Amino acid sequence: MSGTTKSPWLLHYDASSCNGCDIEVLACLTPLYDVERFGVINTGDPKQADLFLVTGAVNDQNKNVVRQLYEQMPEPKVVVAVGVCACSGGIFGDCYNIIGGVDKVIPVDVYVPGCAARPESIIDGVVKGLAVLEEKRKKISEAKS
Amino acid sequence: MTTIESILMAVAFIALAPAIGCLLAGVDRKVSARMQKRRGPPILQPAYDVGKFLSKEQITPNSTQDFYVVCFLLFTIGTGAMFFAGMDLLLVIFTLTLAETFLILGAYSSGSPYSQIGAQREMYVAMAYEPVILLMAVCYYLEYGSFSVSDISSSDGMAVVPLIGVFLAFLFVLTMKLRKSPFDLSLSHHAHQDIVRGMATEFSGRTYAMLEISHWYESVMLLGMVALFFANGTVAGIVIGIIAALLAWILEIWIDNGFARMKWQTALKSGWVVTLVLGMGNVAVLLI
Repeated sequence: MSGTTKSPWLLHYDASSCNGCDIEVLACLTPLYDVERFGVINTGDPKQADLFLVTGAVNDQNKNVVRQLYEQMPEPKVVVAVGVCACSGGIFGDCYNIIGGVDKVIPVDVYVPGCAARPESIIDGVVKGLAVLEEKRKKISEAKS
Repeated sequence: MTTIESILMAVAFIALAPAIGCLLAGVDRKVSARMQKRRGPPILQPAYDVGKFLSKEQITPNSTQDFYVVCFLLFTIGTGAMFFAGMDLLLVIFTLTLAETFLILGAYSSGSPYSQIGAQREMYVAMAYEPVILLMAVCYYLEYGSFSVSDISSSDGMAVVPLIGVFLAFLFVLTMKLRKSPFDLSLSHHAHQDIVRGMATEFSGRTYAMLEISHWYESVMLLGMVALFFANGTVAGIVIGIIAALLAWILEIWIDNGFARMKWQTALKSGWVVTLVLGMGNVAVLLI
Protein backbone atom coordinates (compact mmCIF):
# COMPACT_ATOMS: atom_id res chain seq x y z
CA MET A 1 0.00 0.00 0.00
CA SER A 2 1.51 3.31 -1.09
CA GLY A 3 -0.92 5.24 1.12
CA THR A 4 1.77 5.68 3.78
CA THR A 5 3.68 8.33 1.85
CA LYS A 6 0.53 9.99 0.53
CA SER A 7 -0.95 10.87 3.88
CA PRO A 8 1.73 11.79 6.40
CA TRP A 9 0.15 13.09 9.59
CA LEU A 10 2.42 15.21 11.74
CA LEU A 11 2.70 15.46 15.47
CA HIS A 12 4.50 18.62 16.51
CA TYR A 13 6.04 19.02 19.96
CA ASP A 14 7.91 21.99 21.35
CA ALA A 15 10.67 20.64 23.61
CA SER A 16 11.92 23.92 25.11
CA SER A 17 12.29 25.63 21.77
CA CYS A 18 12.46 29.42 21.62
CA ASN A 19 9.28 29.25 19.47
CA GLY A 20 11.12 30.32 16.33
CA CYS A 21 11.06 26.86 14.74
CA ASP A 22 7.48 26.27 15.95
CA ILE A 23 6.28 29.29 14.04
CA GLU A 24 8.11 28.05 10.95
CA VAL A 25 6.48 24.60 11.33
CA LEU A 26 3.08 26.25 11.44
CA ALA A 27 4.07 28.48 8.52
CA CYS A 28 4.23 25.32 6.38
CA LEU A 29 0.45 25.04 6.77
CA THR A 30 -0.28 28.58 5.58
CA PRO A 31 -1.61 29.26 2.05
CA LEU A 32 1.92 30.17 0.87
CA TYR A 33 3.40 26.69 1.49
CA ASP A 34 0.19 24.66 2.07
CA VAL A 35 1.65 21.25 2.93
CA GLU A 36 -1.88 19.86 3.06
CA ARG A 37 -1.68 19.55 -0.73
CA PHE A 38 0.62 16.56 -0.07
CA GLY A 39 -1.93 15.12 2.33
CA VAL A 40 -0.07 16.37 5.39
CA ILE A 41 -2.26 16.99 8.42
CA ASN A 42 -0.95 18.67 11.54
CA THR A 43 -2.57 16.43 14.11
CA GLY A 44 -2.21 16.73 17.86
CA ASP A 45 -2.96 13.08 18.47
CA PRO A 46 0.11 10.79 18.76
CA LYS A 47 -2.05 7.71 18.13
CA GLN A 48 -2.84 8.91 14.62
CA ALA A 49 0.52 10.46 13.74
CA ASP A 50 3.23 9.16 11.40
CA LEU A 51 5.88 11.84 11.73
CA PHE A 52 7.06 13.32 14.99
CA LEU A 53 8.42 16.85 14.56
CA VAL A 54 10.38 17.95 17.61
CA THR A 55 11.70 21.48 17.93
CA GLY A 56 14.12 22.70 20.58
CA ALA A 57 16.70 21.04 22.80
CA VAL A 58 15.19 18.59 25.24
CA ASN A 59 15.44 19.45 28.93
CA ASP A 60 15.15 17.39 32.08
CA GLN A 61 11.51 18.26 32.60
CA ASN A 62 10.16 17.30 29.20
CA LYS A 63 12.35 14.35 28.26
CA ASN A 64 9.71 11.97 29.60
CA VAL A 65 7.00 13.75 27.62
CA VAL A 66 9.03 13.36 24.42
CA ARG A 67 9.62 9.69 25.17
CA GLN A 68 5.97 9.06 25.99
CA LEU A 69 4.71 10.80 22.85
CA TYR A 70 7.15 8.71 20.81
CA GLU A 71 6.00 5.50 22.46
CA GLN A 72 2.32 6.32 21.89
CA MET A 73 2.82 6.60 18.14
CA PRO A 74 1.99 3.42 16.21
CA GLU A 75 4.60 1.86 13.92
CA PRO A 76 5.86 2.77 11.34
CA LYS A 77 6.93 6.18 12.66
CA VAL A 78 9.63 8.71 11.86
CA VAL A 79 11.18 11.40 14.04
CA VAL A 80 12.28 14.67 12.46
CA ALA A 81 14.42 17.01 14.56
CA VAL A 82 13.62 20.54 13.42
CA GLY A 83 16.15 23.32 14.05
CA VAL A 84 19.72 23.27 15.28
CA CYS A 85 18.63 23.01 18.94
CA ALA A 86 16.74 19.81 18.24
CA CYS A 87 19.71 18.49 16.25
CA SER A 88 22.47 19.12 18.77
CA GLY A 89 21.32 21.42 21.54
CA GLY A 90 22.41 24.51 19.60
CA ILE A 91 22.93 27.75 21.44
CA PHE A 92 21.32 26.29 24.57
CA GLY A 93 23.54 23.18 24.50
CA ASP A 94 25.64 24.21 27.52
CA CYS A 95 22.72 25.17 29.75
CA TYR A 96 22.56 23.23 33.05
CA ASN A 97 19.06 21.88 32.35
CA ILE A 98 19.50 20.98 28.67
CA ILE A 99 20.17 17.37 27.74
CA GLY A 100 21.19 18.10 24.15
CA GLY A 101 19.68 17.04 20.85
CA VAL A 102 16.46 15.05 20.58
CA ASP A 103 18.55 11.99 19.68
CA LYS A 104 19.68 11.79 23.32
CA VAL A 105 16.14 10.70 24.21
CA ILE A 106 14.56 9.02 21.17
CA PRO A 107 15.99 7.76 17.85
CA VAL A 108 15.95 10.55 15.24
CA ASP A 109 15.65 9.76 11.52
CA VAL A 110 15.96 13.16 9.86
CA TYR A 111 17.84 16.26 11.02
CA VAL A 112 16.70 19.66 9.75
CA PRO A 113 19.30 22.32 10.59
CA GLY A 114 18.71 26.06 10.75
CA CYS A 115 18.03 28.76 13.30
CA ALA A 116 15.20 29.01 12.77
CA ALA A 117 14.71 26.21 10.24
CA ARG A 118 13.06 27.67 7.14
CA PRO A 119 9.69 26.30 6.01
CA GLU A 120 11.29 25.07 2.77
CA SER A 121 13.85 23.03 4.67
CA ILE A 122 11.19 21.69 7.04
CA ILE A 123 9.11 20.51 4.07
CA ASP A 124 12.29 19.00 2.60
CA GLY A 125 12.94 17.21 5.90
CA VAL A 126 9.39 15.86 5.96
CA VAL A 127 9.76 14.55 2.40
CA LYS A 128 13.06 12.85 3.39
CA GLY A 129 11.23 11.44 6.41
CA LEU A 130 8.59 9.97 4.10
CA ALA A 131 11.24 7.88 2.33
CA VAL A 132 12.36 6.54 5.72
CA LEU A 133 8.72 5.91 6.66
CA GLU A 134 8.12 3.86 3.51
CA GLU A 135 11.31 1.86 4.18
CA LYS A 136 10.17 1.11 7.73
CA ARG A 137 6.73 0.10 6.53
CA LYS A 138 8.25 -2.35 4.04
CA LYS A 139 10.45 -3.83 6.75
CA ILE A 140 7.45 -4.33 9.02
CA SER A 141 5.34 -5.97 6.30
CA GLU A 142 8.27 -8.23 5.36
CA ALA A 143 8.70 -9.24 8.99
CA LYS A 144 5.00 -10.09 9.13
CA SER A 145 5.05 -12.31 6.01
CA MET B 1 -40.82 -0.93 -4.33
CA THR B 2 -40.76 -4.66 -4.90
CA THR B 3 -38.63 -6.91 -2.71
CA ILE B 4 -36.02 -7.39 -5.43
CA GLU B 5 -35.77 -3.66 -6.00
CA SER B 6 -35.33 -3.12 -2.27
CA ILE B 7 -32.55 -5.70 -2.05
CA LEU B 8 -30.83 -4.19 -5.12
CA MET B 9 -30.97 -0.71 -3.59
CA ALA B 10 -29.55 -1.98 -0.29
CA VAL B 11 -26.71 -3.82 -2.08
CA ALA B 12 -26.02 -0.75 -4.24
CA PHE B 13 -25.79 1.37 -1.09
CA ILE B 14 -23.39 -1.02 0.62
CA ALA B 15 -21.18 -1.19 -2.49
CA LEU B 16 -21.28 2.42 -3.71
CA ALA B 17 -21.70 4.52 -0.56
CA PRO B 18 -18.03 4.27 0.54
CA ALA B 19 -16.88 5.49 -2.89
CA ILE B 20 -19.41 8.36 -2.93
CA GLY B 21 -18.73 9.21 0.72
CA CYS B 22 -14.99 9.23 0.08
CA LEU B 23 -15.42 11.59 -2.87
CA LEU B 24 -17.70 13.83 -0.79
CA ALA B 25 -15.10 13.97 1.97
CA GLY B 26 -12.41 14.74 -0.63
CA VAL B 27 -14.54 17.52 -2.11
CA ASP B 28 -15.06 18.83 1.42
CA ARG B 29 -11.31 19.14 2.00
CA LYS B 30 -10.66 20.61 -1.45
CA VAL B 31 -13.42 23.21 -1.18
CA SER B 32 -12.37 24.06 2.38
CA ALA B 33 -8.80 24.58 1.15
CA ARG B 34 -9.96 26.82 -1.69
CA MET B 35 -12.04 28.84 0.77
CA GLN B 36 -8.79 29.45 2.67
CA LYS B 37 -6.89 30.29 -0.55
CA ARG B 38 -4.93 27.03 -0.46
CA ARG B 39 -4.53 24.40 -3.19
CA GLY B 40 -5.76 21.60 -0.99
CA PRO B 41 -5.15 17.84 -1.09
CA PRO B 42 -6.22 15.58 -3.98
CA ILE B 43 -9.90 14.58 -4.09
CA LEU B 44 -8.94 10.98 -3.22
CA GLN B 45 -7.03 12.05 -0.10
CA PRO B 46 -9.53 10.45 2.33
CA ALA B 47 -8.98 7.11 0.58
CA TYR B 48 -5.19 7.47 0.95
CA ASP B 49 -5.67 8.27 4.63
CA VAL B 50 -7.80 5.18 5.22
CA GLY B 51 -5.32 3.04 3.23
CA LYS B 52 -2.52 4.27 5.43
CA PHE B 53 -4.42 3.65 8.64
CA LEU B 54 -5.20 0.09 7.55
CA SER B 55 -1.47 -0.61 7.20
CA LYS B 56 -0.48 1.03 10.49
CA GLU B 57 0.09 -0.67 13.80
CA GLN B 58 -3.00 -1.05 15.97
CA ILE B 59 -2.82 0.30 19.51
CA THR B 60 -6.08 -0.14 21.41
CA PRO B 61 -6.49 0.65 25.07
CA ASN B 62 -8.77 -2.38 25.52
CA SER B 63 -10.37 -5.06 23.40
CA THR B 64 -13.96 -3.81 23.82
CA GLN B 65 -13.21 -0.54 22.03
CA ASP B 66 -12.69 -2.41 18.77
CA PHE B 67 -15.97 -4.24 19.24
CA TYR B 68 -17.90 -1.00 19.73
CA VAL B 69 -16.36 0.61 16.66
CA VAL B 70 -17.13 -2.47 14.54
CA CYS B 71 -20.73 -2.27 15.79
CA PHE B 72 -20.82 1.44 14.90
CA LEU B 73 -19.71 0.59 11.37
CA LEU B 74 -22.14 -2.34 10.96
CA PHE B 75 -25.14 -0.47 12.34
CA THR B 76 -24.35 2.58 10.22
CA ILE B 77 -24.22 0.38 7.13
CA GLY B 78 -27.43 -1.32 8.27
CA THR B 79 -29.18 2.01 8.76
CA GLY B 80 -28.28 3.21 5.29
CA ALA B 81 -29.17 -0.12 3.68
CA MET B 82 -32.60 -0.08 5.35
CA PHE B 83 -33.17 3.52 4.35
CA PHE B 84 -32.31 2.99 0.68
CA ALA B 85 -34.25 -0.29 0.63
CA GLY B 86 -37.33 1.80 1.45
CA MET B 87 -38.02 0.29 4.85
CA ASP B 88 -39.64 1.86 7.90
CA LEU B 89 -38.26 5.33 8.63
CA LEU B 90 -38.73 4.88 12.39
CA LEU B 91 -36.61 1.73 12.33
CA VAL B 92 -33.95 3.61 10.36
CA ILE B 93 -33.90 6.42 12.93
CA PHE B 94 -33.70 4.06 15.90
CA THR B 95 -30.89 2.05 14.33
CA LEU B 96 -29.05 5.28 13.60
CA THR B 97 -29.32 6.20 17.27
CA LEU B 98 -28.07 2.75 18.24
CA ALA B 99 -25.05 3.15 15.95
CA GLU B 100 -24.37 6.50 17.58
CA THR B 101 -24.61 4.89 21.02
CA PHE B 102 -21.96 2.34 20.05
CA LEU B 103 -19.59 5.13 19.03
CA ILE B 104 -20.16 6.89 22.36
CA LEU B 105 -19.53 3.61 24.22
CA GLY B 106 -16.35 3.11 22.19
CA ALA B 107 -15.16 6.55 23.24
CA TYR B 108 -16.12 5.92 26.87
CA SER B 109 -14.27 2.59 26.93
CA SER B 110 -10.90 4.33 26.91
CA GLY B 111 -9.46 6.08 29.95
CA SER B 112 -8.36 9.17 28.05
CA PRO B 113 -10.04 12.26 29.51
CA TYR B 114 -10.25 13.80 26.03
CA SER B 115 -12.15 10.81 24.77
CA GLN B 116 -14.45 10.87 27.81
CA ILE B 117 -15.24 14.59 27.43
CA GLY B 118 -15.83 14.03 23.72
CA ALA B 119 -18.33 11.25 24.52
CA GLN B 120 -20.15 13.46 27.02
CA ARG B 121 -20.37 16.30 24.50
CA GLU B 122 -21.62 13.89 21.85
CA MET B 123 -24.49 12.93 24.15
CA TYR B 124 -25.44 16.57 24.61
CA VAL B 125 -25.34 17.07 20.86
CA ALA B 126 -27.44 13.92 20.39
CA MET B 127 -30.00 15.39 22.79
CA ALA B 128 -30.09 18.46 20.57
CA TYR B 129 -30.62 16.73 17.22
CA GLU B 130 -32.63 13.59 18.06
CA PRO B 131 -35.98 15.43 18.58
CA VAL B 132 -35.79 17.00 15.11
CA ILE B 133 -35.12 13.66 13.45
CA LEU B 134 -38.04 12.07 15.31
CA LEU B 135 -40.37 14.97 14.42
CA MET B 136 -39.34 14.49 10.79
CA ALA B 137 -40.74 10.96 10.91
CA VAL B 138 -43.90 12.21 12.66
CA CYS B 139 -44.44 14.86 9.98
CA TYR B 140 -43.98 12.33 7.18
CA TYR B 141 -46.65 10.16 8.83
CA LEU B 142 -49.07 13.06 9.28
CA GLU B 143 -48.64 14.03 5.63
CA TYR B 144 -48.55 10.62 3.91
CA GLY B 145 -50.05 8.26 6.50
CA SER B 146 -47.03 5.98 6.35
CA PHE B 147 -43.57 5.63 7.89
CA SER B 148 -42.30 3.56 4.97
CA VAL B 149 -39.54 5.29 2.99
CA SER B 150 -40.72 3.66 -0.24
CA ASP B 151 -44.27 5.00 0.26
CA ILE B 152 -42.95 8.47 1.04
CA SER B 153 -40.57 8.51 -1.94
CA SER B 154 -43.26 7.35 -4.39
CA SER B 155 -45.99 9.71 -3.16
CA ASP B 156 -47.31 12.60 -5.25
CA GLY B 157 -45.79 15.99 -4.59
CA MET B 158 -42.54 16.87 -2.94
CA ALA B 159 -42.54 16.51 0.84
CA VAL B 160 -40.45 19.66 1.16
CA VAL B 161 -43.53 21.84 0.50
CA PRO B 162 -45.71 20.75 3.44
CA LEU B 163 -42.66 19.84 5.56
CA ILE B 164 -40.66 23.01 4.97
CA GLY B 165 -40.25 23.70 8.70
CA VAL B 166 -38.93 20.25 9.43
CA PHE B 167 -36.71 20.42 6.34
CA LEU B 168 -35.03 23.61 7.59
CA ALA B 169 -34.72 22.10 11.06
CA PHE B 170 -33.12 18.99 9.52
CA LEU B 171 -30.62 21.16 7.63
CA PHE B 172 -29.78 22.78 10.98
CA VAL B 173 -29.14 19.51 12.78
CA LEU B 174 -27.25 18.12 9.78
CA THR B 175 -24.32 20.26 10.96
CA MET B 176 -24.42 18.45 14.30
CA LYS B 177 -24.89 15.04 12.70
CA LEU B 178 -21.93 15.56 10.34
CA ARG B 179 -19.93 16.99 13.27
CA LYS B 180 -19.00 20.19 11.53
CA SER B 181 -18.23 23.59 13.02
CA PRO B 182 -19.89 25.25 14.98
CA PHE B 183 -21.05 21.91 16.42
CA ASP B 184 -17.90 19.82 16.02
CA LEU B 185 -17.35 19.82 19.76
CA SER B 186 -17.23 16.06 20.24
CA LEU B 187 -15.00 14.99 17.36
CA SER B 188 -13.10 17.73 15.63
CA HIS B 189 -11.41 17.26 12.28
CA HIS B 190 -8.45 19.19 13.61
CA ALA B 191 -6.74 17.36 16.44
CA HIS B 192 -4.86 20.26 17.96
CA GLN B 193 -7.77 22.01 19.59
CA ASP B 194 -9.37 21.94 23.03
CA ILE B 195 -9.91 18.20 23.42
CA VAL B 196 -7.37 16.84 20.88
CA ARG B 197 -9.41 14.47 18.69
CA GLY B 198 -12.34 14.17 21.10
CA MET B 199 -14.02 10.79 20.91
CA ALA B 200 -11.43 9.46 18.44
CA THR B 201 -8.39 10.38 20.55
CA GLU B 202 -7.63 6.75 21.39
CA PHE B 203 -8.57 5.33 17.96
CA SER B 204 -5.59 4.24 15.89
CA GLY B 205 -4.81 2.04 12.92
CA ARG B 206 -7.68 -0.17 11.75
CA THR B 207 -10.12 1.27 14.31
CA TYR B 208 -9.63 4.78 12.97
CA ALA B 209 -10.01 3.55 9.40
CA MET B 210 -13.34 1.93 10.37
CA LEU B 211 -14.49 5.21 11.91
CA GLU B 212 -13.70 7.07 8.69
CA ILE B 213 -15.50 4.49 6.54
CA SER B 214 -18.54 4.73 8.87
CA HIS B 215 -18.51 8.49 8.36
CA TRP B 216 -18.61 7.96 4.58
CA TYR B 217 -21.65 5.71 4.91
CA GLU B 218 -23.25 8.12 7.38
CA SER B 219 -22.77 11.14 5.09
CA VAL B 220 -24.36 9.37 2.13
CA MET B 221 -27.31 8.23 4.23
CA LEU B 222 -27.88 11.69 5.72
CA LEU B 223 -27.75 13.26 2.27
CA GLY B 224 -30.23 10.57 1.22
CA MET B 225 -32.54 11.87 3.94
CA VAL B 226 -32.19 15.36 2.46
CA ALA B 227 -33.04 13.96 -0.99
CA LEU B 228 -36.12 12.18 0.43
CA PHE B 229 -37.72 15.60 0.99
CA PHE B 230 -37.71 16.11 -2.80
CA ALA B 231 -38.61 12.62 -4.03
CA ASN B 232 -42.03 12.47 -5.69
CA GLY B 233 -41.91 9.13 -7.45
CA THR B 234 -40.52 10.51 -10.71
CA VAL B 235 -36.98 10.63 -12.12
CA ALA B 236 -37.10 14.44 -11.99
CA GLY B 237 -37.83 14.27 -8.26
CA ILE B 238 -34.79 12.04 -7.70
CA VAL B 239 -32.54 14.34 -9.75
CA ILE B 240 -33.76 17.42 -7.86
CA GLY B 241 -33.26 15.50 -4.62
CA ILE B 242 -29.64 14.65 -5.51
CA ILE B 243 -28.93 18.25 -6.51
CA ALA B 244 -30.49 19.50 -3.27
CA ALA B 245 -28.41 17.01 -1.27
CA LEU B 246 -25.20 18.17 -2.96
CA LEU B 247 -26.13 21.81 -2.34
CA ALA B 248 -26.76 20.91 1.32
CA TRP B 249 -23.25 19.38 1.42
CA ILE B 250 -21.71 22.59 0.02
CA LEU B 251 -23.74 24.59 2.55
CA GLU B 252 -22.34 22.44 5.35
CA ILE B 253 -18.76 23.02 4.12
CA TRP B 254 -19.45 26.75 4.02
CA ILE B 255 -20.88 26.71 7.55
CA ASP B 256 -17.92 24.58 8.70
CA ASN B 257 -15.41 27.12 7.42
CA GLY B 258 -17.35 30.20 8.45
CA PHE B 259 -18.05 29.50 12.11
CA ALA B 260 -16.01 29.00 15.24
CA ARG B 261 -16.82 26.14 17.58
CA MET B 262 -19.61 26.78 20.05
CA LYS B 263 -20.21 25.39 23.53
CA TRP B 264 -22.49 22.42 24.12
CA GLN B 265 -24.94 24.75 25.88
CA THR B 266 -25.39 26.66 22.62
CA ALA B 267 -25.79 23.42 20.68
CA LEU B 268 -28.45 22.16 23.08
CA LYS B 269 -30.37 25.44 23.34
CA SER B 270 -30.31 26.23 19.65
CA GLY B 271 -31.20 22.62 18.80
CA TRP B 272 -34.27 22.72 21.03
CA VAL B 273 -35.36 26.19 19.91
CA VAL B 274 -35.21 24.97 16.31
CA THR B 275 -37.11 21.81 17.30
CA LEU B 276 -39.82 23.77 19.10
CA VAL B 277 -40.28 26.53 16.53
CA LEU B 278 -39.72 24.79 13.19
CA GLY B 279 -40.38 21.15 14.14
CA MET B 280 -43.38 21.51 16.44
CA GLY B 281 -44.67 24.40 14.33
CA ASN B 282 -44.70 22.13 11.31
CA VAL B 283 -46.49 19.39 13.25
CA ALA B 284 -49.11 21.94 14.37
CA VAL B 285 -49.63 23.17 10.82
CA LEU B 286 -50.04 19.60 9.52
CA LEU B 287 -52.53 18.79 12.31
CA ILE B 288 -54.61 21.89 11.56
